[in-house]
Formats: sequence, structure tokens, C-alpha cells
Amino acid sequence: MLKYTKDHEWLRVDGNVATVGITPYAQERLGDLVFVELPSTGTKLSKGAVAATVESVKAASEVYAPVGGEVVTVNDKLTGEPGLVNAEPTGNGWLFKMKIADAAELDMLLDEQAYNALMTTHNGH
Amino acid sequence: MVELDSATDLKRTPLYDLHVRLGARMVAFAGYEMPVQYRSGILKEHLHTRTAAGLFDISHMGQILLRPRSGRVEDAGRALEALVPGDMLGLAVNRQRYTLFTNAMGGILDDLMVSNRGDHLMLVVNAARKAADEAYLHSHLSVSCAIEPLSDRLLIALQGPKAEAVFAAFAPEICAMAFMEVRTVSLLGANCVVSRSGYTGEDGFEISVPVETAEALCERLLCDPLVAPVGLGARDSLRLETGLCLYGSDLDETTTPVEAALEWTISKTRREGGERAGGFPGAEAILTQLVKGAARRRVGLKPEGRAPVRHGTYLFRASDDNTPVGVVTSGGFSPSLNVPIAVGYVPRDVAVADTRLFAEVRSRRPPVRVSELPFVPTRYKRDLRIKESADVC
Repeated sequence: MLKYTKDHEWLRVDGNVATVGITPYAQERLGDLVFVELPSTGTKLSKGAVAATVESVKAASEVYAPVGGEVVTVNDKLTGEPGLVNAEPTGNGWLFKMKIADAAELDMLLDEQAYNALMTTHNGH
Repeated sequence: MVELDSATDLKRTPLYDLHVRLGARMVAFAGYEMPVQYRSGILKEHLHTRTAAGLFDISHMGQILLRPRSGRVEDAGRALEALVPGDMLGLAVNRQRYTLFTNAMGGILDDLMVSNRGDHLMLVVNAARKAADEAYLHSHLSVSCAIEPLSDRLLIALQGPKAEAVFAAFAPEICAMAFMEVRTVSLLGANCVVSRSGYTGEDGFEISVPVETAEALCERLLCDPLVAPVGLGARDSLRLETGLCLYGSDLDETTTPVEAALEWTISKTRREGGERAGGFPGAEAILTQLVKGAARRRVGLKPEGRAPVRHGTYLFRASDDNTPVGVVTSGGFSPSLNVPIAVGYVPRDVAVADTRLFAEVRSRRPPVRVSELPFVPTRYKRDLRIKESADVC
């Protein structure tokens, strides 16, 4: 079960570790990605801090930490193959994994239904 | 993470419905709702233009006719020379030339294409500048010329190595055209003005087509499997690879043609010792710079890593310097070379290929190397019988 932010990040929680990526909607809006800058392992991020940067041909966009915690793994494959984020945004195109500092922050995230509702409002139809 | 576009008060080109049918993502650009990309995306659209043919809607750009009141096109050319440093009087019938509106300080008000159409001149100017350019032409040239903005014609571009083969099926005579040549061509029964030019570095055509024929012409061109619709995203990456300037980013009112490495637009006849030397706004400053050089210069930049270096990024001589010496004015990614590329202004002493500078990207200082332009060689179909050093380099 994925959880979402209104800023179009998703996370998949497994015990006290969350895998983080950007949503299919986000990758589609950004277009072809040509560069992904990932955080260093061990970086401590607070909720909402800039965790990564994804760059398309046209522009750079920041990815925020959906919850606070410590980066434990990053998806090194993206260095050579940033297009994986476009091809498999919620699969092999994940960005990083973090150890969740405060599980209570998970309750503030959106579930799939709430995220989809938000998208519908944004798109105006 | 993603900014949602708000579309208010934006104009639409008459091809809007076609773009939407083709799956375009529309964005705001210079007051217009324009396709930034279609379904296949910027990378594929870019590479398609480099290998086959891309179809672009560029009808946000301004088309303006300068009609000499005397009926003699040389009077329009002479009048226009008061505003630009190019040889307009010497522009032959059915030839096109790239030139610049300069200001009194030697800065650039706009860059434009001028065609000699026999009894008048036809100008193509930037979308964001067309209202200003029109007013400027009215205030300076209306004594000698009627200024007629073309609101009943769209501008589309067919660009790429297969453009000629595709387009020849509609009008075989276009095969005989050379780079920067202009002709009236009948397409689907409508009189169109076709130039063999563009802004991608590829061979190709720009077609000024009556509004009522434009959509049908686009649809017919798109029936050819060699043709794909291409949005403004790839148009930008194509022109950047070619080292062509984007007005408002690489050129502005504080940038001179010499700083911008556009010396070739200053025709011989307009230089010191030429038949009609000077006589354009800022001539003194520009012609002095032409001899002595400018303090800064537009150069290509190749970041050493994978991270793109964007517009507005500061450049430093050393990785720990506090004072920037230059700035990136266009930066992105080259789909053809599969590396980041950029263009920026740097001091003259470092405007030398392979010089290493440092860019400030998110609190880091990745190295960039000064590079020759263009990044990707141009493939224009030049007519070797015509000396056109003053057309487009």
C-alpha cells in the first residue's frame, strides 16, 4: 500500500523503513528525466526537507522528504539510467530508502484515494 | 514538487485543437498557450528532428511586412538599415538574412529574419517582442514604409534531414531552393511563403501559410510517417545544441552583438570603411567593440558531470572563489550528445575552448569547460555559389 504527499512523492513502508519515489503523475508532468541527484547515505532529513533533485530536459525539480528520518540506501541505478523514473516510477524508479524517525508522521500522508481526489481537483475535471 | 500551470489570458494559435488532438501538453509561452511536447516526449521529438523530420507550430512569432511607399524594395531596405547592422540594401530578391534591432547603447532589442520579397520586406520577429517591434517600426519607418503585421497567416516549420523529401511531395520545386532562400509556393491550393531555414541546425523549411489552410497542411504533412509533431521543449534543446541564441535569455538590451559572438551579423558594408558604415543605433559602441573586442563573450559550456547547469547559474574562476565572473544564459541537456550543455557569458580571457570554470549548482561547484559552438554541427543545404557569410554562420 503506497502513501502519498500532495507534492507528488510516494512512499512504501516496510517496518521502520520507507522507500520513496515520485508518482506516475509527477514523472509524466516533468517529462523525460536526464539527471537525478540523490542524497548521501546517512543524511538526516526532516519532513519537507529537500531530499533529491530530478531534472528533465527543461527544468530541475526538488523532491522533499515525505517524513523525517535517515537515508539508508539510494537507487544508484538512476545515475546511469534516470529514465527508469519515467518508465517505472513506483517500481525500479524508486529514489531512496529512509529509516523513519517518527512513525506518527506517516498519519499525515495521503492514501491513494485522497491523492487521486487531489489530482482530480488540480486537473479541473 | 510539480508546479501546476494556470492558464489565464493566454492566446491560442489556430492550431490549438490540432495540438490537443495530438496529445500535446500545453504551457504558457510569451502570452500563448503552446505545445511544450507531445506524447512521445522531448527526447524522442528532438532525436526525431535530427534523424527524420519534425513539424513545429511557431505561429506565436510575429510576421510583419515592410511595404515601401515608393514601391521600390530598396527604399524599405535603406530605411530598415537605420535600425539594424545588417546589409539590407544588398539583400537579393528572395533571399533571407538574420539580423538584430540594436539600441543606442549597442544592446539588442530583438533578433529577427528579414526576407526580400521583391516589392516588400518580410520580417519574422520573436513572440515576446512583436508588439514592441511593431511599435518601434511604426515610430521609425512609417514615413517610408507601411508596416503590416500579418494576422491572417500562421508560421509552421518542417525541420530535419528528411524535410526536403517529405515536402517535395507537396511542392517539388522546393528541392531547388538553397539555405536562406525564399519562394512563394502553392500548397493545397494556397499561396504560401516558404523559406529554406529554421532554428534547429537542420535543413528545413519555414512556411507562412494562410490560417484557413494551416491545419489541413499540418495534417497532410503528419500523414507522412517520417514527420512527427515537435513541441517547444525540443525546439529549445535543438537550438541550444546548434548554439543559436534565445532572445530574453542569451540576448537582451544590455548585450551587444560582439559580446554575443554575433559579429557575423554586422555586414561588411556597415563596418568601418564600408559603403554605408554605421548608421544603425549604437553603431559607435558596436563598431568600436568589433575592433577592440568586448570585455565578455558568449561561449559554449560543457559541464564535466551529468548535472545540467541552468539559466542564471553563476560561473567562477576557482571552485572556492566568492565572486562570480560569468553567468549561464541557456542551459540544459543535449539529447544528441547525451550530456548536459550550456551557453553563457564569460570574461574575454577565459573565452577560450577547454578553459575550466566552476558553476554553482545547489551549493556545489561542479567544473564546466568552455566549448566551441555549435555543439552539434549544422546541416544546412547551402548554395556554394552564393557567398553568405552575412546570412547565418
